Amino acid sequence: MELYELGLKEAATKIKNKEISSTDLTKACLERMNARNDTINAFITIAEDQALEMAERSDKRVKDGNPRLIEGVPLGIKDLFCTKGVLTTAASHILDGFVPPYESTVTGHLWDAGGVLLGKTNLDEFAMGASNETSYYGTVKNPWDDSRIPGGSSGGSAAAVADWQCPATTGTDTGGSIRQPASMTGIVGLKPTYGRCSRWGVVAFASSLDQAGPMARSVEDCALMFRAMSGFDPLDSTSADKPIENYDEGLEMDVKGLRIGLPKEYFIEGLDPQVKAVIDAAIKRFEDAGAEIKQISLPHTEYAVPTYYIVAPAEAAANLARYDGMRFGLRIEGDNLVDTYIKSRSAGFGTEVKRRIMIGNYTLSSGYYDAYYTKAQRVRALIAGDFDAVFEDVDVIMTPTAPTPAFKIGEKVSDPVQMYLSDVFTVATSLAGLPGISVPAATVSVDGSDLPVGVQMIAPAFAEKKLLQVAYAHEQMTNFELKKAEVRG
Amino acid sequence: MHPDYEMVIGLEVHAQVTTASKLFSGSSTTFGADPNTQTNPIDLGMPGMLPVLNSDVVDAGVKLGLALNCRINRTSVFARKNYFYPDLPKGYQISQFELPIVEHGNMIIDLEDGSTKDIGITRMHLEEDAGKSVHDFGADHHSHVDLNRAGVPLMEIVSEPDLSTAEDAGAYLRKLRAILRFLEVCDGNMEQGSMRCDANVSVRKKGVETLGTRCEIKNLNSIRNVMRAIDYEADRQIDVIESGGEIDQETRLWDNVKNITRTMRSKEDAHDYRYFSDPDLLPLNLTEERIEACKEVMPELPDQLKARFMDEYKLSPYDASVLTLSREFASFYEALVAGKRDPKICANWMTVELFGALNKMGREITESPVSPDQLGELVDMISDDTISGKIAKTVFEEMLETSRNPKEIVEEKGLVQITDVGALEGIVQSVLSSNQDNVEKYKAGNERLFGFFVGQVMKETQGKANPKIVNDLLRSNL
Repeated sequence: MELYELGLKEAATKIKNKEISSTDLTKACLERMNARNDTINAFITIAEDQALEMAERSDKRVKDGNPRLIEGVPLGIKDLFCTKGVLTTAASHILDGFVPPYESTVTGHLWDAGGVLLGKTNLDEFAMGASNETSYYGTVKNPWDDSRIPGGSSGGSAAAVADWQCPATTGTDTGGSIRQPASMTGIVGLKPTYGRCSRWGVVAFASSLDQAGPMARSVEDCALMFRAMSGFDPLDSTSADKPIENYDEGLEMDVKGLRIGLPKEYFIEGLDPQVKAVIDAAIKRFEDAGAEIKQISLPHTEYAVPTYYIVAPAEAAANLARYDGMRFGLRIEGDNLVDTYIKSRSAGFGTEVKRRIMIGNYTLSSGYYDAYYTKAQRVRALIAGDFDAVFEDVDVIMTPTAPTPAFKIGEKVSDPVQMYLSDVFTVATSLAGLPGISVPAATVSVDGSDLPVGVQMIAPAFAEKKLLQVAYAHEQMTNFELKKAEVRG
Repeated sequence: MHPDYEMVIGLEVHAQVTTASKLFSGSSTTFGADPNTQTNPIDLGMPGMLPVLNSDVVDAGVKLGLALNCRINRTSVFARKNYFYPDLPKGYQISQFELPIVEHGNMIIDLEDGSTKDIGITRMHLEEDAGKSVHDFGADHHSHVDLNRAGVPLMEIVSEPDLSTAEDAGAYLRKLRAILRFLEVCDGNMEQGSMRCDANVSVRKKGVETLGTRCEIKNLNSIRNVMRAIDYEADRQIDVIESGGEIDQETRLWDNVKNITRTMRSKEDAHDYRYFSDPDLLPLNLTEERIEACKEVMPELPDQLKARFMDEYKLSPYDASVLTLSREFASFYEALVAGKRDPKICANWMTVELFGALNKMGREITESPVSPDQLGELVDMISDDTISGKIAKTVFEEMLETSRNPKEIVEEKGLVQITDVGALEGIVQSVLSSNQDNVEKYKAGNERLFGFFVGQVMKETQGKANPKIVNDLLRSNL
C-alpha cells in the first residue's frame, strides 16, 4: 500500500505513533499530485514549499510529544478559502495575483489541529456551477472517467480525494456543491448545518446558503475532518454558538427502529433508472436491518430550484460587487472610472458568473423585488417548514444525491437550466439550512464506464452526529470501493 | 420670501457616533490620521471578510431613540444599499432600510421669541459611512481614496417635513446637536463633518394642502449654511413657479462661495440601490433588559434641564433654552449662579457679554478665558455697587484679555465706584457752579440738559461715580 492511500484517521494515527512522518506522507501526496495534476487538474495551486514546512513543524510536534487531532496529514483546500500568504483565486480571472493577508477561520482550525496545506483545489468560478466547467483554470476531470465532469462546484476537492491525491479536502456547499461532486466521484461529502462552520475568510457566493464542509473517502474520515474544521466563530455573525462534538467517535449505531423518510417528490420521473435502483437497494439494506421506512412528502420541493436561483444570484450580485479592479486582483485600465469598472469586470468574470450577477441585479431591482426576491424568501420559509413537519415523524430523510451519475464534459454547458437541475435534490436542504451528507452506494455502468452513485441523507439542524452514524451504518452495509490508484495511473 | 408662499422643510442629519471602533470592524475611528491607516481587511472589502455589529453603536442608537421619544423597534434589520464607487469598497453600504432601529418620535425646538414647536422624527437608522474621495489631487492630478472613514458608524435622523422657516431649521439642528452631545453619542461638529445635514425643501402657496415638488440640498457644513441655502432655495423655487415653470425633483448642491444651489443630479439619474437584507448579519433583536439598561444611564436632557432652569432660576423660556444648548453652558451657568447670585443678571452676562465675546474669538465655552468664579466676582461687584455696570464692561474686556480676577483689575486701576454722598455732593456743586448758564436754561424748562450735568460729573470722576447717587444729588441741587 502506498502512503498516499492512507485515510485521514489512519494517517494521523500512524504519524502520532511515529510509524510514519508527516514529511514522508506529504512528499508522497505531492508526488502523486504532481504526477496526476496534468490529467485531473484537481489543484490550481500546489503549495509545495508551505506543505513541506508545515510537515516539518508537525514532525517536530510529534517528536516533542505534542501531537494534535489530525497531526501531520496533508489536506487539499478548496480555492475559495483564503489562505494567508498563498494565492487564492476562487477559480476566477478577476482574483489574479490575490494573496490574502489573513487565514480563513476553517483553515485556521485545520492548521491548529495539525493539518498540512497541500494545495488549493479547483472549483467552478466563485463556486457557481455543478460540473467544474466554469473554472478559469480549466475543467477538472473525473478520476473514474476523464471524459466526464467530477461534479461541482467542489469538483477539485472531490477529484483530489477520489484520485488518492490527499486523504481529505474542504469543500463548500451552497446548493449541493459538496454532496453532488461527492456522489459523482464516489466519496463522502458532508454539508453541515448552516452556521456550523465559519464563513469568515471564505470567498462569499451566497451568504445565507454558503457552508463549508469536509470531503473524504470514508464516513469516519469525514467526521474527523468535520470535527477539526467546525465550531463557533465570533467573527461570523451567522455562526452558531453551540459546542461541537467528537463526531468521529461512537459512530456505530443500531439501525433497528431508525425512522427513515422517503420524500415522494424526490423519486420522480426523470430520475435516472440506474440511480433509482441504487437508492432503492440502499434503502432495502436499511429495511432489512430493521429500520422503519416511511413514505413522506415535502410538498414545496418543486419550487426549490427556482427559489434557489432567485436567492443565490441576488446575494451573489452584491457579494461580487467588491471585485471592481480598485484594490486587488485584475484591473484593466479604462478611459475613466466607469470604463475601468466595465473593462475589469467584463474581462475578469466568466459567462456563468456574469449570468448570475445579471439575474441577481434584475431580481433585486426596483419594481421586481417583491415579485422575485420577497416571494422567494417566503417560499424558502415554506420549504424549511416542510422539513420541520417531516422531522416530527422521521429521524433522517434519504434521497438520491444527484439525478444522474457524472455526465460528459461539455454535455450541459450550453443549457444552464439542465445544469441547474443537477442540484435538484440538494438545493432544498441548503435553503432550509439543514445538514446533508452524500455517501457512495454503488457503481453503475454508463457507456462502458463504471460510475459511482451516492445516496443523500438529511437530518434536522445540528444533528450531524446522527447523520454521520446513519452514513456509517450505510457504509458498513455496503461494499463500495474506490478504484485503486494503480488502476487509474 | 414672497408673502403668498410658505416653505415645507424636512432635514436628514447624519451624526457620526463617537465610538472607539467602526460599526462592523475593530478599526479605530480616530479623525485626522494619515490616509488609509485606520483600516483593516473588513473595511477594505477584501474577499471573505464579514461584518460584526459594534454593540456600543446599538446602545447609542437606543439612547437617541429614547431621547427623541421614538418607538424602539425590538427587531430591526441591516440591509445592503448597492452602488459602485471607489470609496465604497464592498460595492454596497450596510444601512437599515425597511426596519430602522427606532422610528416615530418627536423633538421640541425653541424659537427666539420663547415659543416652541413640535417637530416629528420619522426615523433614525444606523449605517456605515463611506470613505473619502479626493479628486485632481497632487502632482499627478489623480483621484485618491482615503478609507479611514469607511465603516465609521453613523446615525441618520430623518425629520418629518414639519419645519417651515430657515429659523426653524436652525433651531432644529441646534436642539438635535444639543441632544446628541448631552447623550455623548456624537460630538456634533459640522465643520469636521461629524454631523452632516441634507435639507429637503419645497414651497407652496399659503392655504394649499398638497406638497410642492421638493429638492434635496447637499453639502451643508454649518447651521448658518443650512439656513442660507434654505432661504435661497425657497426663493429660487418661487421664482420658477411665478414665471410659469415647474420644479424638477432633483438633488442640488450648496455652493457656499457663490451662495447658491445648483443641480447635482436629476431624478432620472437617481440610483436604484437594490436594497435587500444583509445575509451576513442577523436581525438586530433588542431585549427589554437592554432598553431598560439604556434608560437607566440616560443623562438629564436639554428639555428637562430647560424646564428646571425656568423653574429654579425663573428664567425666560428663551434664556433657559439657550443656556441648556450644551451641558458646558449649563454647568458654566450653574457654577456662575452658585446658589447665591441673581440668576437673571448672570444669564444676561453669559448670553450677551460672554457668548458675544467667545463668538468673536471663535472659542468654545470650555476655552473661555474667564472662569465662572471670575465672572461671578464681577457680578457680585455690580450687585454690591462696588462698580457700575458701565465700568464692569471695561473690566470684563480686561478679564477676557488677561484672565485676571476682576477685583485685582478694579483695585489696580482704582475703578471702585464713588458712593460717598459727601464727596459727590462737592463735585456736583462745583459742576453746577461752573455751568451757571446751563443751570439757568434747565430751570427755564430745558430738561434735556440733565444728562449734560450727569456727563460732567462722570467726567470729573472718571466714570466712577455711582449713577443713582449722582442723579439724586443733581435733582436736589437743581
